[in-house]
Amino acid sequence: MPRSPFPAPTPEGPSSGLDAAAPGSATPVRRIAFAPAASPDPSEADALARAQAGDPHAFAHLYSLHKRRIYSLCLRMVGNIAEAEDLTQEAFLQLHRKISTFRGDSAFSTWLHRLAINVVLMQLRKKGLSLISLDEAMEPVPNEGPGRSFGAPDLALSGTIDRLALERAVADLPAGYRLIFILHDVEGYEHNEIASMLDCSIGNSKSQLHKARLRLRDALRLSSRKEAQP
Amino acid sequence: MIDDRKKMSCAAFQAQLPELIGSGADAASHPHIQSCELCRALLADLETIAEAARQLLPIVEPPDELWEHIESAIKKESSGAGPDLTEPVPST
Repeated sequence: MPRSPFPAPTPEGPSSGLDAAAPGSATPVRRIAFAPAASPDPSEADALARAQAGDPHAFAHLYSLHKRRIYSLCLRMVGNIAEAEDLTQEAFLQLHRKISTFRGDSAFSTWLHRLAINVVLMQLRKKGLSLISLDEAMEPVPNEGPGRSFGAPDLALSGTIDRLALERAVADLPAGYRLIFILHDVEGYEHNEIASMLDCSIGNSKSQLHKARLRLRDALRLSSRKEAQP
Repeated sequence: MIDDRKKMSCAAFQAQLPELIGSGADAASHPHIQSCELCRALLADLETIAEAARQLLPIVEPPDELWEHIESAIKKESSGAGPDLTEPVPST
């Protein structure tokens, strides 16, 4: 599978999954070093086995290990606290129903993460949000589409980005763009995985990610221009 | 031999950019980038955004009462309401 020179986060280690991945260091050609995955947490493995056997305390322990990661994922994808809480609840309810089907072919945290994404995507589809916005995202909007960079000199980003400004810009993205940007650039999924999740083509996923980044660039440049004004 | 990709317009290059970046190719080594300051700046910005995304949106603690809601919903399901088995399950 080709590795993009654009960085993706190191998948969470299955130990606790509670901490954000540390940023990778870029080489002169901006290739990113990926940290090895953490070893499985023995207490998680034990809790998993007991939860699969129906132990409610073990299930509560699994919740405590993964609640932050799953809640944060939901929050990123929908950008709304109340919805994120509902989706986190639904994800753990699904987990409770399906935990006996986990066979251990992948890390539990990866499986749970994917389960939570499925829950969020299903909810977005129910609301008609993702498919509509995915279609919309494919259509150029006159005078509002992602900026192109030919013609006139542009103000380039300075090489560092204010995190809050980026968070605001991501929150303002149309749902379809935000979804793909979060899945690829924040969560680290590959285009083929995203295409499978969203039932779109790999080319569509690449194109929308690119447009999302262009929109973010426009928003960040606008934000930095405003800040530079007296 | 002159590389035609050097003479490529910015529009043509930028139209290729999603596939170039998405396929994992080293877009920075593309001949057009070597000769075009504008597209070089664009590529650098996109890389900066992608890198910044890794540090985006820190891990957040859900409210304490969320577990109570989940626990209550589990008990309710266990006591009679059948589980909804129509939801997708990721392959393990």
